[in-house]
Amino acid sequence: MALTGIFLVVFLVVHCYVNANVFFPNAEENFNRAAHFMGSNLLIRITEIGLFAGFILHIFQGYQLEIKNRASRKSRYAVTAGNKTSKWYSRSMAILGTLILLFLIIHLAHFWVPSRFGGLDEVYYDGEKFHNLYLKMKNTFAAPWVVIVYVLGCISLSWHLLHGVQSAAQTLGWTNKKYFPMIRNIGIVFSILVPLIFALMPLALYFGLQLDLENITLLF
Amino acid sequence: MLDAKIPAGKLDEKWTKYKGTVKLVNPANKRKLEIIVVGTGLAGSSAAASLGEMGYKVKAFCFQDSPRRAHSIAAQGGINAAKNYQNDGDSVYRLFYDTIKGGDYRAREGNVHRLAEVSTSIIDQCVAQGVPFAREYGGLLSNRSFGGTQVQRTFYAAGQTGQQLLIGAYQALERQVALGTVEMHARHEMVELVIIDGKARGIIARNLVTGELERHFAHAVLLCTGGYGNVFYLSTNAMGSNVTAAWKAHKQGAFFANPCFTQIHPTCIPVSGDHQSKLTLMSESLRNDGRIWVPAKQGDNRPANEIPEEERDYYLERRYPAFGNLVPRDVASRAAKERCDAGFGVGSSKQAVYLDYAAAIQRYGKAEVSKKNLGNVSAEVITNLGKEVVKEKYGNLFAMYEKITGENPYEVPMRIYPAVHYTMGGLWVDYELKTTIDGLYALGEANFSEHGANRLGASALMQGLADGYFVIPYTLGNYLADDIRTTSIPTDHPAFVAAEQKASDRINKLMSIKGKQTVESFHKRLGKIIWDKCGMARNAEGLKQAIEEVRALKAEFWSDVRIPGEINAMNPELDKAGRVADFIELGELMCLDALERNESCGGHFREEYQTPDGEALRDDEGYMYVAAWEHQENSWNLHKEPLNYEVVKPSQRSYK
Amino acid sequence: MQHYSMNLKLKIWRQKNINDQGHFEEYDVNNISSEMSFLEMIDVLNERLISEGSDSIAFDHDCREGICGMCSMVINGQPHGPWKGTTTCQLHMRAFKDGDQITIEPFRANAFPVVKDLMVSRTAFDRIIQAGGYISVNTGNAVDGNTLPIDKDMADESFAAAACIGCGACVAACKNASAMLFVSAKVSHLALLPQGAPERKQRVVSMIAQMDKEGFGSCTNTYACEAECPKEISVLNIARLNREYLNANLSGQ
Repeated sequence: MALTGIFLVVFLVVHCYVNANVFFPNAEENFNRAAHFMGSNLLIRITEIGLFAGFILHIFQGYQLEIKNRASRKSRYAVTAGNKTSKWYSRSMAILGTLILLFLIIHLAHFWVPSRFGGLDEVYYDGEKFHNLYLKMKNTFAAPWVVIVYVLGCISLSWHLLHGVQSAAQTLGWTNKKYFPMIRNIGIVFSILVPLIFALMPLALYFGLQLDLENITLLF
Repeated sequence: MLDAKIPAGKLDEKWTKYKGTVKLVNPANKRKLEIIVVGTGLAGSSAAASLGEMGYKVKAFCFQDSPRRAHSIAAQGGINAAKNYQNDGDSVYRLFYDTIKGGDYRAREGNVHRLAEVSTSIIDQCVAQGVPFAREYGGLLSNRSFGGTQVQRTFYAAGQTGQQLLIGAYQALERQVALGTVEMHARHEMVELVIIDGKARGIIARNLVTGELERHFAHAVLLCTGGYGNVFYLSTNAMGSNVTAAWKAHKQGAFFANPCFTQIHPTCIPVSGDHQSKLTLMSESLRNDGRIWVPAKQGDNRPANEIPEEERDYYLERRYPAFGNLVPRDVASRAAKERCDAGFGVGSSKQAVYLDYAAAIQRYGKAEVSKKNLGNVSAEVITNLGKEVVKEKYGNLFAMYEKITGENPYEVPMRIYPAVHYTMGGLWVDYELKTTIDGLYALGEANFSEHGANRLGASALMQGLADGYFVIPYTLGNYLADDIRTTSIPTDHPAFVAAEQKASDRINKLMSIKGKQTVESFHKRLGKIIWDKCGMARNAEGLKQAIEEVRALKAEFWSDVRIPGEINAMNPELDKAGRVADFIELGELMCLDALERNESCGGHFREEYQTPDGEALRDDEGYMYVAAWEHQENSWNLHKEPLNYEVVKPSQRSYK
Repeated sequence: MQHYSMNLKLKIWRQKNINDQGHFEEYDVNNISSEMSFLEMIDVLNERLISEGSDSIAFDHDCREGICGMCSMVINGQPHGPWKGTTTCQLHMRAFKDGDQITIEPFRANAFPVVKDLMVSRTAFDRIIQAGGYISVNTGNAVDGNTLPIDKDMADESFAAAACIGCGACVAACKNASAMLFVSAKVSHLALLPQGAPERKQRVVSMIAQMDKEGFGSCTNTYACEAECPKEISVLNIARLNREYLNANLSGQ
């Protein structure tokens, strides 16, 4: 669980980095170029297989663990301590994971399937042909329900990570008296920041917002 | 005449010589010899583990759900050993001497010297097992001082020394279980001893989960079943601590020695009402800084803080100006009882006295002010500084007090009262820890041997482990060496059948009474009789009454007790009924022993025998012996084992 | 401290034996003093039940001073009840108020089968210790206790882990019925001491294998165990256990 989890966390960082292009000027070209690189580089294509394997393993292990753990207490309590002794999201990793899985299926259908199996418009930069994934994205996020689904997906991811990051560190034995608070804090920052950036993307596209680097000082 | 079989020779050579010449059993024969160990506290666990390691086939029994729960686990303070790591002049002889003197000259020199000798090996063994004793910054073992001694020889693990030592022994035991040398039977209680041709050959045990009676054969039986403090109903013992195994042995011929020697600890959290089921000890160290008092007026119901200074009676300081609040345990306990009996007690039950830290807080606060050069500060600042110092020294004890009573001891004085917590008496054993029944041994608190009439702090753990790790592995071989030709006796032997029948008859009888009163109510009444008349202070008149009352209680119990549930199922009330029935019989013997001993010594204080200033008055001419009682149908026979002091010269214990 | 008396509604799990299905029964108890301990409150109820001719409620308890680890019970969803760092036997009735309803259940886990009513069997813990929770040293084999100095901080940390009373509240509290806190406390106790070093790899591997065999769930780091542990054993011991386990496996144990 922990190893595949950490692996997927690394994927999230890369994904997040590529996505961040949409907030900056010349978003369309930069994003499409980045997407093209991700889609054409052999090494990355091989890694993609690993990524799928990672997802499948993580999902499989997750359900297996949930089934085993549920089975270890056949007679249930009439009253439970609820949030007095543990966080709801720590207890709900399987549900949060399932929500993320559903989201992932929608997400793959939206973008990964067309970019791998055709269905995207084409666009030329400096005479070179690119898939216009950006346009696809813009069209997709024109529908409010899609934006809402994506934002909800990101919220699920956030809770999932809030438990997941520090839990993975604990399972791998990285935590100790000195580093425990630090790891916990890194986990909190990561699990808020990364899903936030993800969620901002459909919102930004829907509302047509973009960071203006010329006037960026105004933001501060 | 009882023969303790103390080896001849010089005191400090007896044990070495014994070990060097004792009979041995060869490894091939050990595998054929079976041993039963009843009880898995420090003595039982350490004995079972050690004997298993040696190659014997061991069966261990405990009534708890796991051997790790035995009540040795609750010991707080520490364990003594004559290591002299502190370079403060300690030695085997000093530990021996302190123990003999602390026991008010009613223990055997030979046994006590052996205890002091093996004490050092205990520490080594425990450290090797991974017992996390307290350490200094240099990485070496730490020591603290304890009552009754002038050296620092007590090893400890915070306030949980008993727990850590027991877990060490428990782990050694579980290791043997894994290796197959020890068979563990938890939730089992010994209900009868099986004797064949005069030798202990097994036990009948009741499976407490199913209610079934089981027969278990062994070449020798070891009783490591602890003390009988629960005869008082309220004590610091665990709820399940009982005398049943020892009592069954006693009724089959094992002599019971010095039953009236019980130790009352002065600083316990008092009873809060009729519902109270057990008492909790507060470390005696609190008397270093606290002042003990009661209101000067009888039945004064004002809260402690509203009673002005001149209306308080600091009775220990008044009666014992030289020692004040630091008088010995027995004196402090008796004085508290005297005040409460006279109607000066405090709290809702009126059976408590105050232990007040207000003066200490002020004293420490002022010291802090001058230490820190704070100059003129408000009273509040002084109080707060003082509280901080007290918290640093006694914080965990204050917290425990608050958890139980709900009162903040930094603001209001603590209420304390003496409570039973150890019994020096027990099954009579010789130097080899063998009872008067061949093949039956008693170890730890279950025997009577090392503490005389009063036990020193941090010595109970020492004795339990000494017996189990370092004494019985040698002395048992001496007996079994002659028994190698005895093959396992099948448990359909008539003696087993008869013993099981006896146990079964008793259970059936208990269940068939179907009376009106609960077991608990009988236990409470027994406790009250024994506490009132055979407790901290006894007199002939009261003891005679107590014997009558206990006899009457026994008759009432056997005609009116009500036990719910079934025989062949888990039935905690039935378990308890059997134990209380035995406590009632023991209660009578305790009073008889106390009545017979016309002197005061250690924990046994006969009001008729005291010095003009209220100290215990020993009678070495008449009573320097072990009183060993032999059970008979409706009475007891007294056997006396004289105590010969060859090295130590008995003298009057004086604290003035 | 103002003492008060209260009337309570109890909902208590009754189960005749391991094969029985079990069910809840309701009892009213009146005039309970706030000074009583929780177990004394049940004593009072039991005395009444016996007088009325019914069977008393079976529950495990022994030392009643918070150290033997025998008492159990889940009180309103919490093992050992609402007070932090407190066993059931040390829980006092002033934690409740007049009119409260209290649901009392046994520790529930497949590895802790119910023996009767509120009593469960925790022999699985003994078997985990048998799998390696010890240092193999026979009586009489020890060198002088001060031969091997041990860093005070290490000794203190080892002690903090060794303070575990083996009550099983961690299992009862865990949504997965996992025994990781218990196992990690023992592994930590011994791994932190030089005496425990020779067997540390084998120990952690066999203890974990036994734990799995007993049917406990797996740890998902919800930390309910730490929150409910009456001795407040830290979950950092679980991280140490994981490290020990990885090390042992990576080195081919």
